[in-house]
Amino acid sequence: MIGLQHYLLISALLFVLSIAGIILNRRNLILMLMCIELMLLAVNFNFIAFSRYLGDETGQVFVFFILTVAAAEAAIGLAILVVLFRNRRSINVQELNEMKG
Amino acid sequence: MNVMDFLPAAPEMTLLGLICVVLIADLFVDDDKRVVTFWLTMVSLAVTFWVLLTTAPAETTVVFHGAYVSDAMSQAMKLAIVGFVAVVFLYSRDYLRSNDLHKGEFYVLGLFGLLGMMIMVSAQNMLSMYLGLETLALSQYALVAFDRNNSNSAEAAMKYFVLGAIASGALLYGISWVYGVTGTLEFAAMAGAIAADPAMNSLPLWFGLAFLVVGIAFKFGAVPFHMWLPDVYEGARSPVTLYIASAPKVAALALLLRILVDGLGVVHDTWADMIMVLAVLSLLVGNVVAIAQSNIKRMLGYSTIAHVGFILLAVFCGTPKGNAAALFYTLTYVVATLGAFGIIILLSRRGYDAELLSDFKGLNQRSPWTAFMMMLIMLSLAGIPPLVGFFGKLNVIDAVLSSGYTGLAILMVLASVVGAYYYLRVIWYMYFEENEDQAVLQAATDTRVVLSLNAVAVLALGVVPGWLWALCVSVLS
Repeated sequence: MIGLQHYLLISALLFVLSIAGIILNRRNLILMLMCIELMLLAVNFNFIAFSRYLGDETGQVFVFFILTVAAAEAAIGLAILVVLFRNRRSINVQELNEMKG
Repeated sequence: MNVMDFLPAAPEMTLLGLICVVLIADLFVDDDKRVVTFWLTMVSLAVTFWVLLTTAPAETTVVFHGAYVSDAMSQAMKLAIVGFVAVVFLYSRDYLRSNDLHKGEFYVLGLFGLLGMMIMVSAQNMLSMYLGLETLALSQYALVAFDRNNSNSAEAAMKYFVLGAIASGALLYGISWVYGVTGTLEFAAMAGAIAADPAMNSLPLWFGLAFLVVGIAFKFGAVPFHMWLPDVYEGARSPVTLYIASAPKVAALALLLRILVDGLGVVHDTWADMIMVLAVLSLLVGNVVAIAQSNIKRMLGYSTIAHVGFILLAVFCGTPKGNAAALFYTLTYVVATLGAFGIIILLSRRGYDAELLSDFKGLNQRSPWTAFMMMLIMLSLAGIPPLVGFFGKLNVIDAVLSSGYTGLAILMVLASVVGAYYYLRVIWYMYFEENEDQAVLQAATDTRVVLSLNAVAVLALGVVPGWLWALCVSVLS
């Protein structure tokens, strides 16, 4: 029988995976944007599991809002990526080190 | 349901309508007449301010099915935020014009950020809080990358975006757990549910709270989640840094007070320790690392981190007095920051940004009044009486002491002493060093007047701090 805890476990795994992806990835910024999306999807998973468990729809409504905001966030992220590429001719994470201190 | 029920939200609706007007009107304005957009923006802010004053309900009113509240705190914070944003735009105008950056986007994004801040301040459930937060954050990411041909701005924007998105993710993950435990997204209902069933205050709630606190700490820039802050302050163009360093701090305080005090104040003991650790680390790291900086924007970034430590410690007390001290500290800190970045912008001219500490050398010979204003602001940030920064710190230390944390109070005093060093260094440079740059400072009359008023306010609020403190106590009681 699949219960709430299984869903929560999957969601926690996805969340940890996305954080690990952001920290371990030292090369490509696009991968980082994908990890951010994965993180938001992990949160959505959690909301839907809790919403079903509690029999309360507000959690599912929240998911729609997160999806919408995630789309806007991806648009801004990609726009900044384009600006960065035009200035640097590179989207390598390791080269984001001009400012230090 | 009648249309008048939405009246408490009239300021936000008015602002949104006016933003659309500015956005469209800007399309028909030539580049050399961009100042029209500026004045339209100022009129929008004035109208929003007027609507705020006239439509405020006499008592706390909750509308939109518990998503939005209009109370004394939201009213006071919104009036302050609108005023701060107006000052930001005024200081920015001439800098943007002389650097060929005078575009309508700056004002429109700034206004959208303002809308987000106003929604955050009035949020009464997690959903409206999240939407307000994202409206503000997305506007800020775009503002940092606003100068498209600047490599440092692009790098700062990317760092800000990635870390801000992680913060939102952590905050949402925390919200989902708190929702799962309490079964509600509304702050008042959340507090009621936990009070009715103390068994909810268990490991899952602690887990959710930990993520919530991480998210809030990211947004505030508290150590160890501060990595973005110095880079963004340095990389963004000065007007954008001015924007990010000012009004959003008030909104971040609203985020903290609404979620942790209104919603989860009943489990104060569970989150207080986390906030304390963040605050102590911020005080130490912010003050010590700021000493090593040669870029004044970066130095003020680390100084922000140290001031965030004070604000967090005030909220850590969990008493109405502590909360009032946090509000007083934030408001007066933002006034001083506006002045500091205003002067950095004043010193800049076409193709030259006064970003280094050494750019302040010999300022007294070039412009004694500007040097005097900068001195007032630096002394206030350092917390020296009779300037307002001193009373901000005094109120926080008083609140911490009356909650019985003597050790923390001593630590705060010691951290302030360390912090005084790098503020006093700026004053030393201005008065006792020479500089070959003798260019005359140029600024429009209105900017000069407001900047002078700003610096005088730092002194005047310090001489008569009583009314502001009474106001802060009354709106948070």
